[in-house]
Amino acid sequence: MDLQTIWFFLWVLLWAVYFVTDGFDLGVGSLLPILGKTNEEKRIMYNSIGPLWDGNEVWLITAGGVTFAAFPRLYAVMFSSLYSALMLILFALILRGVSLEFRGKVDDPRWHKIWDTCMCVGSLVPAILFGVAFANIFQGIPIDGDGVYHGTLFTLLNPYGLLGGVFFLLLFLVHGSIWLAVKSEGNLHDRAADMANKLWPVLLVVAVIFLVASAFATSIYDNYLAHPVLFIFILITVLALVGIKIFLAKKSYWKAWFSSALTIFLATFYGFIGLFPRMFLSNMNPDYTLTAFNSSSSSLTLTIMLVLALIFVPIVLVYQFWAYNLFKGKVTKEDLAYEEAY
Amino acid sequence: MDVLMLSRLQFAAATFFHFLFVPLTLGLSVMLAIMETRYVRTGDEIYLKMTKFWGKLFLINFAIGVVTGITLEFQFGTNWSRYSEFMGDIFGALLAIEALGFFFLESILLGVWIFGWRKISKKAHAIVMWLIAFASTGSALWIITANAWMQHPVGYVIRNGRAELESFAAVALNTFGIFMFIHTVSAAYILSAFFVMGISAYHLLKKQHVEFFTKSFRIALVFGLIFSFVAIVEGHLHGSHVAETQPAKLAAMESHWETSKNAPIYLFAFPDEANEKNSIEIGPIPGMLSLLSFHSTDAEVKGLKDFPPEERPPVLITFASFKIMVGLGFYFALATSIGWLRRNRLMESPWYLKLMLYSIPLPYIAIDLGWTVAEVGRQPWIVYGIMKTADAVSPIAVSQVAVSLAAFILVYGLLGAAAFYLIIKIARKGPEAVA
Ligand code: HDD
Ligand code: HEM
Ligand code: HEM
Repeated sequence: MDLQTIWFFLWVLLWAVYFVTDGFDLGVGSLLPILGKTNEEKRIMYNSIGPLWDGNEVWLITAGGVTFAAFPRLYAVMFSSLYSALMLILFALILRGVSLEFRGKVDDPRWHKIWDTCMCVGSLVPAILFGVAFANIFQGIPIDGDGVYHGTLFTLLNPYGLLGGVFFLLLFLVHGSIWLAVKSEGNLHDRAADMANKLWPVLLVVAVIFLVASAFATSIYDNYLAHPVLFIFILITVLALVGIKIFLAKKSYWKAWFSSALTIFLATFYGFIGLFPRMFLSNMNPDYTLTAFNSSSSSLTLTIMLVLALIFVPIVLVYQFWAYNLFKGKVTKEDLAYEEAY
Repeated sequence: MDVLMLSRLQFAAATFFHFLFVPLTLGLSVMLAIMETRYVRTGDEIYLKMTKFWGKLFLINFAIGVVTGITLEFQFGTNWSRYSEFMGDIFGALLAIEALGFFFLESILLGVWIFGWRKISKKAHAIVMWLIAFASTGSALWIITANAWMQHPVGYVIRNGRAELESFAAVALNTFGIFMFIHTVSAAYILSAFFVMGISAYHLLKKQHVEFFTKSFRIALVFGLIFSFVAIVEGHLHGSHVAETQPAKLAAMESHWETSKNAPIYLFAFPDEANEKNSIEIGPIPGMLSLLSFHSTDAEVKGLKDFPPEERPPVLITFASFKIMVGLGFYFALATSIGWLRRNRLMESPWYLKLMLYSIPLPYIAIDLGWTVAEVGRQPWIVYGIMKTADAVSPIAVSQVAVSLAAFILVYGLLGAAAFYLIIKIARKGPEAVA
């Protein structure tokens, strides 16, 4: 395999891990006003992601950094084209991050309300816009040969783009509510589990619509048709999605969560397997499309980065796993009494 | 205003804001690690309390550092896409290494540190803080290596219409970066020391929690004292390196117009850019500039007039920022030296405590002025000698940048206000805040 191909899939891998890890944070944050009825329940929701969200977010930073390092032209064109959408995501993530840290520092319901609102908006906006952005990448974007974007934020809000937004949001909401079911007890746990069960059929319907719509709106099935074995991949994705419901029905919440993680992971790959080696599609002229080959770094940089990635990514995964394991227990009322709790 | 100007303003606003918080992270993480280690070693609860109290301030500060860092990383793509395309082969790799190697360590362990008091042993908990301090410093090293490459590009070739990596070792071991790194870390330690000393002074003036804050003050004082001197000596060496690598910047820092041997420094001067001279020059010290820049009084120092006007940085800003930073640097050395002499009589020196309380903002000013020297003094180049800032900007709509800049000012303004409010509130409360 050549370096560009390896990096293409490593790049997708980073995004996929980001969506799996931060996805449940975004889900929990979005559901805050619906599931958290009392201050105590809201605090349990904050604390359920408290020790982990920051490390999860670094996958996004790394995905960004790796885009820059391995595919500088892609980084330049993609981020400047998606300027407004990306800025919205970044501001939302700022609000989300500080809400966690600030909310608990002052004991005043009005102060809490401000940060609860920021938390919800700061989680909803990225959840939707990541979906919008990725759907548009699958579909194609008006960029010219010079990498100049001929559109606005509203160009991205086309039906397929919006469908992608809803799809991602539902994935994250299900992921987040299962996480919460794992991490909480009593009423909150019941409500979270109930939410996951209710959202699942909606997710299923939207996922099917998305799979079908992709056949009309995008060319991602070309690769699949050329290599029909790849359809097995979609099949596994759907099985993982169905697995969520099976485990939910059995009340095996950890297993349901892993199924949901697997669904998100595979769903991220689904589009890019179809696009390969294309990474950023121009719908003005296919020649303007950025691919792994015409937008990559020099082979020296790709090699050095590959060595570093092969060393560091496994190490990171090991200590991140250690941290997850350390905080795998339920967040209880007693935990809230400690002063370090959010 | 055009996209270029707006993008520059936005980038400057975003980095300055990020750098209001980052230095305290760099310095306080080390001090916290020392406090917690003392707790583990001696079992003395006061050190635990210190760790928790200063830790609380640290966490608020850290949170803002984290959330404002992300916008910076993405802005190279959003606002400087031509730059990213041209330099990404080298510059992008450095950012990716920073994230992979250090941000992960820092962010994951921070969660463990905050929530792990009862989950891991005391010793392991202290080690976690050392690792956080290590990771913060490591991330600073790589981001500065990236910046140093823009200041003094090495280890590259221009090929395929862009800068491509030729020697990774040359890029990673850029002397400019090593100077910059040591200087920035020293500055961060000075800032953190003044932060801790200032807040301690506030409580000592009120004669509350005397033991707690005397101990805190002394730990910070040692830091402040050592690194004030390191910053001066190393800053001087850094300056001579700038003289070699970026002569136009050096000339602007000193407002030096005519190329000359035995070049003087003035006790007071004021640049007049339009007429290419200084409107005021008082008290020349002959040969001093030559001596400081090249370690010999009769070395030749290039003047601004030797550079075409469009290749000169803004003189007044660079010059004034530099002089005030240096002035403050000497003040920090003086203030901490006095503190050292009075370290056992702090309570009897209310004037000194007051001075230290009001000195808290000064290192913040010095640090931001230092970056102004480095970044404005580099203009009109985004990468010195290779690419001009004007050629680096993204081909995007003015309206987009105008809106995002307004959003930056609004959101960061509110965020800054909230953080400031919280820090003051907790700092005032003192150790009771963690009781
Ligand atoms: C507390 C803050 C502080 C203090 C007291 C000083 N500096 Fe500084 N200085 C900085 C904080 C700083 C910085 C962290 O803001 C910069 C920006 C880039 C860098 O490497 O450090 C800087 C940059 C900077 C530069 C420009 C480097 C470049 O162009 O990249 C020079 C020549 C000096 N410093 C020299 C000095 C000297 C001679 C000092 C003697 C007193 C001094 N600094 C004190
Ligand atoms: C945190 C400390 C820093 C501060 C306070 C700072 C400040 C500034 C300022 C004031 C400008 C505007 C200069 C002008 O337009 O006249 C600027 C520009 C810029 N800086 Fe920095 N900077 C910092 C660190 C960095 C680092 C570490 C990098 C790279 C890794 C960097 C990259 C840039 C770029 C790309 C520009 C835009 C182009 C330009 O206007 O020169 N900066 N910075
Ligand atoms: C313009 C260039 C810069 C970029 C793109 C940048 C990027 C980032 C990012 C993405 C984060 C968040 C990391 C996380 O989630 O843990 C961050 C935090 C941090 N940055 Fe920067 N940064 C810049 C300038 C600087 C400089 C000049 C320094 C130090 C000298 C620095 C030191 C740090 C440190 C220590 C943190 C940890 C969090 C904190 O300090 O509060 N950064 N930065």
